[in-house]
Amino acid sequence: MAGRGAPPPAIEARQAQSSAVRLGAWARWRRYGLSRHQLAWLLFLPSVLVLLAVLAYPAARTVWISLHTLRLDEPWLGEPFIGLKNYTFELQNQDFWGTLGVTLYFTAGSVAAELLLGLSVALVLNESFRGRGLMRAAMLVPWAIPTVISAKLFQWLYSPGVGAFNGLLNSLHIISGQIDVLSSDRMAMPAVILADVWKNTPFIALLLLAGLQTVPGELYEAARVDGAGAFARFRHITMPLLRGSLVIALLFRTITAFQSFDLPYTLTAGGPGADTELLSLLSYRTLFSYVNFGRGSALAVILALICFAMAAVYARQLRIEDI
Amino acid sequence: MATLTRRPGSGVYLSPRRGRVDRAKIVRRTLLLVLNIVFLFFFLFPYYWQTITALKPASEINATPVIWFPSHIDFSHFQSVFTDPNRNFGQNIINSVIVSSATTFLSLLLGTFAAYALARLPLPAKRTILVLVIVMVTFPGIALVASLFIFLRDLHLTDTYGALIIPYVAFSLPFAIWVLTNFFRDIPAELAEQAEVDGCTPIQSLTRVILPLSAPALVTSGLLIFIGAWNEFLFAYTFVSSPGIRTVPVAIYYFGGLHDTPWGEISAASEIVSLPIIALVLIFQRRIVQGLTAGSLKG
Repeated sequence: MAGRGAPPPAIEARQAQSSAVRLGAWARWRRYGLSRHQLAWLLFLPSVLVLLAVLAYPAARTVWISLHTLRLDEPWLGEPFIGLKNYTFELQNQDFWGTLGVTLYFTAGSVAAELLLGLSVALVLNESFRGRGLMRAAMLVPWAIPTVISAKLFQWLYSPGVGAFNGLLNSLHIISGQIDVLSSDRMAMPAVILADVWKNTPFIALLLLAGLQTVPGELYEAARVDGAGAFARFRHITMPLLRGSLVIALLFRTITAFQSFDLPYTLTAGGPGADTELLSLLSYRTLFSYVNFGRGSALAVILALICFAMAAVYARQLRIEDI
Repeated sequence: MATLTRRPGSGVYLSPRRGRVDRAKIVRRTLLLVLNIVFLFFFLFPYYWQTITALKPASEINATPVIWFPSHIDFSHFQSVFTDPNRNFGQNIINSVIVSSATTFLSLLLGTFAAYALARLPLPAKRTILVLVIVMVTFPGIALVASLFIFLRDLHLTDTYGALIIPYVAFSLPFAIWVLTNFFRDIPAELAEQAEVDGCTPIQSLTRVILPLSAPALVTSGLLIFIGAWNEFLFAYTFVSSPGIRTVPVAIYYFGGLHDTPWGEISAASEIVSLPIIALVLIFQRRIVQGLTAGSLKG
């Protein structure tokens, strides 16, 4: 490392006379500063240490705990190693498969709706019209509001009798009477998805808009001259060039929707019954309500592995260049 | 259609089909207008509802049918958010400001160092490191909540600001490293090299050349990290139990009355903590959009 020394800094009088002297590491450091290699490690290490201590070590510890019995309410059990028993228990557990189904329903429903709506919003925003800035600003409002607050807001919107949701449907004569959507086993999940769509569509729309703005305008002009209609232009120019952005938006949102916690926990707490109980909620409940850290950690590991697999695909899509 | 009229010399496109173009223009405009109204309504209506709830006199909040326009504006909910002796909302706001600012500062400091090393200095396996960084950006917090809880409890950190700042820094660091590495890489290498030829050490070329040029990227990622910490719920809800240390999202989660939910006060409190963030987002709109797209798009 020391051999590939740093380029000499500004020449000082002191330095000139000592050039013949063999320098120790400390003296060399005083004269030339660190070598580029040493500096690289010095700058990089604090982050590595933080990430190892606060992400990697707890991640490894979660896996470790998931291989043990650990119940905080029954400390006399100790922490015996039980191999994969927590996993085999969960894999035979109806609740686990139920929440996995609910999680897939939530993820597929919200991501599909967000992509469709986000794409429409992005296409509209890519046109030039007066008030475009206002529209883009309006869209950032849901994104900026904390998720817990948006969950509380939708809880209030959906309140039967006094909430805006029923009020609006009644004023428009779409329904008469009141629906308690969050207590209905059929409507609760669509209601949670709608709240998620409100919160997260802006993000997708912004991603796709950024993708759209890289499509050169001359392509559309040329296609128009050749007589291509609006749909043909969308089908043959927009879509192929936007595919990369779409795939990335899809993957990123799928990963984050799959691990959603704040919104369903605050809005429905998994109810009614377990109709909106996502895997993250079951894991959290097992951990902190049943204080069964072994089983809760096994659920967390399963969740993390699924996200991890998707993240690997996502990282490939980003085509990280060599530096 | 602006693209057609842009070339006045080639009247070919315009003259023979003038009528069709005009009709297409009208259809396009109407469609855009309708879609814009629908989208605006969708994005703003819930926020409008929260705002009027916060400003309504108490008697109009629980009215059926719903009152869409309050009869007069009433700030009493905003007052009682702060004066109710059962809660300590002012303190909660201070907690959120402290935790989010410390998180932002530390993440940017560590992130700048690491990103500079990755973008400009010799390190092995940089590509692998960046792939790991991206995987960490999407890592689920729920998977670490239990072991982080034990970790923080063993260090006697639960119920302190540190219980939030430490995990927040770790979770926002990968994002900071990713955005800043990409940005540093785009700064022409010649600038930093020239500085070193002129006698700067690598650290001086970081502080005197790269950092001043990176102010936009620092502002962007700093804002996004601040907003992320300000909005975080899962860790704040789990690692802190005493009301005096709670951050705003948890405080609002626990807002409740003896008999029924105080929607007027919840809405007022929500307004108070959303407005600064909305203002920040609107002021730095361009930067935030760039940062968001860079955070997940750029490769």
